[in-house]
Amino acid sequence: MLEHYLSLFLKSVFIENLALSFFLGMCTYLAVSKKVETAVGLGIAVVVVQAITIPVNNLLYTHVLKDGALAWAGLPDVDLTFLGLVVYIGVIAAMVQILEMTLDKFVPALYNALGIFLPLITVNCAILGGSLLMVERNYNFAESVVYGVGSGAGWALAIIGLAGIREKMKYSNVPAGLRGLGITFITVGLMAMAFMLFSGIQL
Amino acid sequence: MAKVKDVLFDPIFNNNPIALQILGICSALAVTTKLETVVVMALAVTFVNAFSNLSVSLIRTHIPSSVRIVVEMTIIASLVIIADQFIKAYAYDISKQLSIFVGLIITNCIIMGRAEAFALKNPPAISFIDGIGNGIGYSLVLLVVGFFRELFGSGKLFGQTIMVVNTDGGWYVPNGLFLLSPSAFIIIGFVIWGLRTWKPEQVEED
Repeated sequence: MLEHYLSLFLKSVFIENLALSFFLGMCTYLAVSKKVETAVGLGIAVVVVQAITIPVNNLLYTHVLKDGALAWAGLPDVDLTFLGLVVYIGVIAAMVQILEMTLDKFVPALYNALGIFLPLITVNCAILGGSLLMVERNYNFAESVVYGVGSGAGWALAIIGLAGIREKMKYSNVPAGLRGLGITFITVGLMAMAFMLFSGIQL
Repeated sequence: MAKVKDVLFDPIFNNNPIALQILGICSALAVTTKLETVVVMALAVTFVNAFSNLSVSLIRTHIPSSVRIVVEMTIIASLVIIADQFIKAYAYDISKQLSIFVGLIITNCIIMGRAEAFALKNPPAISFIDGIGNGIGYSLVLLVVGFFRELFGSGKLFGQTIMVVNTDGGWYVPNGLFLLSPSAFIIIGFVIWGLRTWKPEQVEED
């Protein structure tokens, strides 16, 4: 049993890395990866938000949205799956807001460190993508917790790695047209290629 | 009229959402293995972008700025649901291949970015055109990437065989890398390089 969760965790961190094999959260990934320090902050914020929103969306999906899930309320024929997108994005926006307020009240140090990144995360497609993939793959509650932490950690790992490379890149002589965004794309391509080594590994 | 033309054509080369504004990249990469999915995705994004700009612009004087993000999100999410249900109804196979990426149009920053940057400040008609223009700019990059990936990855265009691959007894040995994710990044990198060599004012100083 434990093995199953461990392999799911490793799979979501390395083999099915959200950033490098599903291209999720690319906008923030490319825009906020100029410095390792900010990348670490954003990475931690993503892990926290993923670990909360994916399980919450999982509960909502199994108990409210799924075909026949409303049987406990006496409505066995109702299928609300088409409302999924609105519900997930609502949950994400609300969770981010609550997290921001809680951190501000109880852990101001962490709040100051993450502050500007939290609102940004609402529109990060890695978060919504994580929830949608969880639904698509029919994870149960425990699996969704593991998947949330794992996929968040994988994304954090990818952005910290890219930030490290970009910091070094400042010292290299890049052709004018490739400077900035162009070379970053190619770097990410090479990183993705490296991550492909993990694909096909059966745990 | 000159303004309409600028608003419609600027996002295509001069201010391309993907190559210059760094918006909407997530979906640009994942759906480009085949031109068929590219076209469906491009149409969906253009539709959502145009109508979200229109709706946001229509109610722009009534939205208090503190809740505007939530309002915009709701509008965008509703439009995406329409597009998603439509694709599921009329192109089910393609909707399976696009998997979660139609839903992810919600968090596609082009849509949100244009609503924030343009539709909140401009009247409905011109906002609608801005939405279409940005949709076209996005589609164009996707089509270029999709063209190379499908042609070199499987020797086909729109599912029609152009170069007969060796497994079917032909001469072309397909480059499998083009079907995998890293190639998309590298192709977009080169597209940006080409665009910036052509229009040097877009080069970044850093």
